[in-house]
Amino acid sequence: MEEDFQPEYGPKWSDQRVERMLGALVVFIVGLLLAMIVVVLLHGLPSFLHNGLSWFGAGGEVDAQFQAIYLSGQSGTSDYVWTFHAWPLIWSTILITFISVFLALFISLFISVFLVEFAPAWMTRILQPVVYFLASVPSVIYGLLGVLILVPFIGNHLITEPEKASVAGVISLTGYGLLTAVTILTIMISPLMISIFSDGLRSVKPGWVEGSLALGVNRWRTTWKIAVRAARPAIVAGTVLAVARALGESVMLAMISGSTGFAPNPLDGLIFVFEPSRPLAATIVENVDALSSHPANATLFAIASLLLYSAAVCSFGGYLARRSMRKYGAA
Amino acid sequence: MATEVAGPPAPQAPPSGKGPTGAVEGSATWSLLDRLGLVICWALGLLFCAIAVAIVVYLFLQGIKFLKPSMLWTPAASGFSENETGGFSDALIGTMIVGTMGIAMALPVGVAITVWLVEYGRPTALARVVEMTIEAIAGIPSVVIALFGTVIFSSTALGFLSRTSGGVVFGRSFFAAGAMLSLVALPLIVASTREGLNAIPRHVREASYAVGKTKAATVRRILLPSARPQIVTGLILGLGRIIGDTAIIVILLGATQNLAPVEGAPFPLDYLRGAGATLTTFVYESSPTGNLDQPQKAYAAAFVLLLMVLALNAAAEAIHRRSRKAGTWSH
Repeated sequence: MEEDFQPEYGPKWSDQRVERMLGALVVFIVGLLLAMIVVVLLHGLPSFLHNGLSWFGAGGEVDAQFQAIYLSGQSGTSDYVWTFHAWPLIWSTILITFISVFLALFISLFISVFLVEFAPAWMTRILQPVVYFLASVPSVIYGLLGVLILVPFIGNHLITEPEKASVAGVISLTGYGLLTAVTILTIMISPLMISIFSDGLRSVKPGWVEGSLALGVNRWRTTWKIAVRAARPAIVAGTVLAVARALGESVMLAMISGSTGFAPNPLDGLIFVFEPSRPLAATIVENVDALSSHPANATLFAIASLLLYSAAVCSFGGYLARRSMRKYGAA
Repeated sequence: MATEVAGPPAPQAPPSGKGPTGAVEGSATWSLLDRLGLVICWALGLLFCAIAVAIVVYLFLQGIKFLKPSMLWTPAASGFSENETGGFSDALIGTMIVGTMGIAMALPVGVAITVWLVEYGRPTALARVVEMTIEAIAGIPSVVIALFGTVIFSSTALGFLSRTSGGVVFGRSFFAAGAMLSLVALPLIVASTREGLNAIPRHVREASYAVGKTKAATVRRILLPSARPQIVTGLILGLGRIIGDTAIIVILLGATQNLAPVEGAPFPLDYLRGAGATLTTFVYESSPTGNLDQPQKAYAAAFVLLLMVLALNAAAEAIHRRSRKAGTWSH
């Protein structure tokens, strides 16, 4: 490129040409995303069509259904089994995602307020890199630590023997379950929320905060009533993006969520938080080998398209919220 | 609730009255509820620090205990005990190949997209769509990207990028994994480069046009060199994300234990077309929930992976600090 570039106003690198080349690349990326949206849905369509709305419903053992689907594709004949009721997986995804996002929202709000307003300088200097670090730890490492530390701890100390016995016929409580998954997922998504929240808090106009302080409102109240409210778009954006991240988390959850197609039942009382399950994204990673079977492949793509569309809606929401932040936020 | 089991018990927050100085003035006059809030801030901040320290210290201790230097250059082997199964040199090489390929694709594309977005950006509607596309790519679960990759790279036209047997394209290779991982790194590179380009004041561009440079020449000679620190930061963040990804590797690289070159292809291509492993999949497979169940090896590999991530973090931080010290544009 260095040599081609010599005549800097030559026809080869004229502005029109460069703009057209860059434009083509940009259109290609947009096209790639559109292709992804269409292709994933098309590949999953047979599974949706054969099941109709009951795809999203409950009924039967989801793991057994998937096994039957997989085997029917390997049998060599073309009478495929399609019956698939994904509710346990969807319910598990909803539970894990929303509980952890809720907890992370609470934690991240406090930590970002602390970082931006109240922490002394030495604390900020420690906490900021800590947040970056927690954001960059690979999810397998979180998963590994969960499997080897948190799961045995919960399994041996928090779950009592009578509790294990009370559900022994249905599922086994070993420590792999909701509580483990939610705990680690909360730690994983908080850094993302903290960084977006604190960006929002920093871009609040100083005059608003100073005005409130001048009226004699104390610093704590001012922060929560003025700064946090002014940073609302950032809070919405961060939360929505965290939902997308949590929906897509697969490997860590495949390791510690329990990997059972079981829908944890809040009616079971407190042991509900120990019950194992398996969210949608983890299902895909665990069944990679089934991709070679046509109906199983379609089922996995159907799961993927559900994830893709939920995540796309979240990203779109986050984008809109952030745009409004740009309009009202930083001067 | 969940935060109580997230790590070692949180150290007691210092009494809010005298702890912080400077940033917080006179919290002694606050109402009890406000002071309680500040205590929660301190508790959560210290809890996060404690979690980060616990992760690092624990993995360091386990790593020092289980990592033998020979593991770094011994390929994995099959065996009955952890003494017989060799090391993880192939996974280490795999991580390097995947990182290089992913960045080699993501960096030029990401920088080009950002240049178009910031410097050209016409028509405006397309620019909005591109912004949204990048946002969406950042939010799409990596399992979905991986499944989309299986569709692309299993097509007969792209058979030369992976293993082919009897007309059936295997679709799993370093090419496939690298290409899809570049999508994961793309949003980070775009965001960081964009920050760099936006920080350059308008008059710099105008000065360049005034001496007769074309737009393309201005970008090439002035804007990109000025934004280099941010571009490198984006590269490092992207590399960290690629190295830490597991789902795409499991699905698109085959996650075999060893590198599996394709017979009959010339040297670099035979490995790049073949399946392989990375450190993340090695940890995943070696964890008690994986196929191999060799926790000591998992700890050793996770330790090496964590060292890489820490090194990348430190590099990003150093570049950030140096570019800040060098000073930005004065107006």
